[in-house]
Amino acid sequence: MAVLTEEQTMLRDAARSWSQESSPVTVFRKLRDDKVPGGFKRETWKEMADMGWAGIVIPEAYGGVGMGYQTLGLVLEETGRTLTASALVSTALCAATALVLGGTEQQKQTWLTKIASGDAIGTLAIDESHHHEPLHVKTEAKRAGDSFKLSGNKRFVLDGGLADFFVVSAKTGNGISLFLVPANATGVSKQSLSMADSRGMADVSFDNVTLTTADVIGQLDQGLKVLEPTLDRARAGLAAEMLGSAVQAFETTLEYLKVRTQFGKLIGTFQALQHRAGKMFVDLELGRSCVEAALKAIDENAADAPVLVSLAKARMSDTFHLVTNEMVQMHGGIGMTDVHDAGLYIKRARVTEATFGSAGYHRDRYARAMGF
Amino acid sequence: MTDIQTFRNETRAWLDANCPVSMRTPMAEEDRPWGGRNFKPADPNAKVWMDRMAAKGWTVPTWPKEYGGAGLAPEEAKVLQQEMDRINARIPLVSFGIWMFGPVLMEFGNEEQKRKLLPEIARGEIRWCQGYSEPGAGSDLAGLQTRCEDKGDHYLINGQKVWTSYADHADWIFCLVRTDTSKKQGGISFVVFDMKTPGVEARPIKLISGSSPFCETFFTDVKIPKNQLIGQVNAGWEIAKRLLQYERKNISAGGFGGGTEVQDFARRYIGLKDGILADADFRTRLAIHKMEAHAFELTVKRSSEEARSGKDVGATTSIVKYAVAKMNQERRELGIEAMGMGGVGWDGPGFEEDALGETRQWLRAKGNSIEGGTSEINLNVLSKRVLNLPE
Repeated sequence: MAVLTEEQTMLRDAARSWSQESSPVTVFRKLRDDKVPGGFKRETWKEMADMGWAGIVIPEAYGGVGMGYQTLGLVLEETGRTLTASALVSTALCAATALVLGGTEQQKQTWLTKIASGDAIGTLAIDESHHHEPLHVKTEAKRAGDSFKLSGNKRFVLDGGLADFFVVSAKTGNGISLFLVPANATGVSKQSLSMADSRGMADVSFDNVTLTTADVIGQLDQGLKVLEPTLDRARAGLAAEMLGSAVQAFETTLEYLKVRTQFGKLIGTFQALQHRAGKMFVDLELGRSCVEAALKAIDENAADAPVLVSLAKARMSDTFHLVTNEMVQMHGGIGMTDVHDAGLYIKRARVTEATFGSAGYHRDRYARAMGF
Repeated sequence: MTDIQTFRNETRAWLDANCPVSMRTPMAEEDRPWGGRNFKPADPNAKVWMDRMAAKGWTVPTWPKEYGGAGLAPEEAKVLQQEMDRINARIPLVSFGIWMFGPVLMEFGNEEQKRKLLPEIARGEIRWCQGYSEPGAGSDLAGLQTRCEDKGDHYLINGQKVWTSYADHADWIFCLVRTDTSKKQGGISFVVFDMKTPGVEARPIKLISGSSPFCETFFTDVKIPKNQLIGQVNAGWEIAKRLLQYERKNISAGGFGGGTEVQDFARRYIGLKDGILADADFRTRLAIHKMEAHAFELTVKRSSEEARSGKDVGATTSIVKYAVAKMNQERRELGIEAMGMGGVGWDGPGFEEDALGETRQWLRAKGNSIEGGTSEINLNVLSKRVLNLPE
C-alpha cells in the first residue's frame, strides 16, 4: 500500500467502513435477486455522492473535491472488495474525466456539478463491437452548417440504462470527435443488456440525433486527444476496483483454507494449496504496485502513464482471473453454488477483464511502446 | 554550505584524485574484486583501488571505524555511491564477508572476534566462504551432520559441506556444525576457521553451465581453537537464520544478471514485421515476461518507499527472492529461445559472443530457485509466516 496523505487515509477509511457496513456483498446480491433496473439504486449513488466520492476528480469550482486519481483509486478498491454496484466507474471516473479534460465551460457548469452532487449519471459510449477497439469507429456525425446529425450503434455502455448523458465517439470530417449527448435527446434509444455480473450495461443507438458545435467535447476532429487519456484513467481506476475485488476473493479463500477440514486436517495444511496461495499473494502484491504506479503517473502527468496503465490493466485482469478461478476450485462444491460469493466474484472478474481492453489488448499496447 | 554538500565535494575530489582511470570502466564478471590472500587481479590497478578505498574505510562505508569502516551515515553512504557512479567507479571489493558474515558477526560476535575479523574483511585481506549445505541437508538445512566435538582445549570437526561457493579460493570459512545430536536446531553451533587448517579439502564441482563456482568441502579431524566459536554453543541456528536473511537479500538485490536485453536478441534473430516482432507467439510471451519484471521492479520500489516511511514490509520482502528467481529464469529461457540455434551454441566460432554468454546464463539461472533457499521453501515460508496458513 502506497504511503498516503492524511486526507487520503481519511477518505480510504470512510470508504472502507461504508463499504463493509452499508454495502456488503449481501447488498449486491439482493440488488441482483430483486433485478433492480440498471443494477443499483440511485439513492445509494446519491449517498455516495454526499460523501464526496462522485466528485473526487472534479475541481472544487464545479462542486467536486479536486483530489486525484490515486484518491479515487482508494475508494474504488474499497467498493471493489464488496462488489458495490454504483456509478463510480461510469460517472465519477469516466464521464467526469472526459469533461474535466475536454469539456467546455458550459458543459462543465451543467454536468460536472450534477455529477458531483450525485444528480447526473454519465458514461462513455465508445465501443461498437464485442472487443475494445476505441479507434474503430463507424458511428458518424455528419455536419450541416453549425449542427451535426449523429448516427450509429454503441455497445456495452456501462450504466447505459440509467445514464442521463453519453460521451460518444464519432467520425467527423477529418478525424474522430467526442460529443456530449443527453439521453433524452430525440433519436437516442437504449437496449438494456443482462450481463453475467448483474451490473448495468446497455446498447445505445443514435438515429439522426441533432447536435451542435456546443456539444463537442475537446476540439472537433481531435477527440482522441481527450478520449485516450480518459480511457487510460478509466483503465487505471477499474484496475484499482479489480484489485479490491481480487484481494477480497483471495482473503475469503484464505479464510476457508483455515477452517475447512478433510482427512482430519485443515486443508490449509496441504502444501499443494499453500503454494498456490503463496503465488496468488505474489501476483496480488505485484498487481498493487502496478495499480498504484499507474494512478500516480496519471496524477503527475508522467509521460509513461499509458505504459503503466496497460501494465496495471493487463496484470490485474490476469490476477483477478486466476484468483477467482482458485476461489471456486479451493472452495470445492460450495464454490459452485449460487449461495456462495465465489460465483459473484468470478462473474465480475470476467466482465471487468473484458472492459476497456483485455489483458491481450494491453500486452500488445505495452509491447509496441517497448519497441517490439 | 551544508555538511552533506561539503562531504560531497570532498568525496568527489578524493575520488577524482584516487580512482585509477582503468577502474572507471565497466567490469566483466571475471574481474570482480573478491580480495583475499590470493587476490591477483589481471589489472594491478584493481588492487591499488581496493587498498586506497579500504584505507578510507569505504569498502564498507557504514561499518564503524573501529571495525574497518568509515562510520558513514546512510545519507553520506548514498552520496559516496552517487559520486562513485558519477565517474563509473568500479566497486572496490565484493565479498561474502561484507554481505553476509560481517553484519552477523557485528551482531553475535564478541569484541575480540569483531576487532580481528571485521577489519580483515574491510581491507580485503581475507576472503570468506559459507559452510552451510551438506549432501543430506539442503532445504532441510537444520538436518546438518558435520560433527564438532569439544576436546577440552580445542574443537574437532569432521564432516562434509557442499555448494560451498568459491571454497577453493577462500581463506576462511564460516560454518554450521553439530555440537549436540539430541536436538535438531538446538544442537547447531556457528564456527569459523582458516581453510589452510590441516584436514580441510575443497574440490570444485563442475556445473551444467560449464563453470565451477561451488565446491564440495571435506573436514577430516580439523582442529580449531575454541575462541573461533561465534555466540554460544548450540545457539548457532539463530545466527544461521539471520545470515540467511542477508544472503536472500543479497541474492534479491542482484536481480537480473544483465547482458543483452531479450528484445534486442529478438529483433536481431527474429526480426520485425510491420514494426512488431514477426513471431506473434514469442512476442506475447516476451510481453508477459517484461510486464512481470516491470511489476516486480515497481514492487521493490514500493517496498523501499514504505520501509522508509516506517511501515512493516515483511510481507513484500518475503516474495522478492521467489519472484526474482522465477523472472530471471524466464528471461534466460526467452533469451536463448529468441536466438534459435544461435542460443544453444556452446563455444568457439559460428556464434556471437553475447549469445554464448546467454547460453551459459540460461543454465546458471537454474540455480536461482535452489540457492539460498529453494522457491518451494520460500513459498512454505510465505504461506505460513505471511498468510498464516496452518502447519
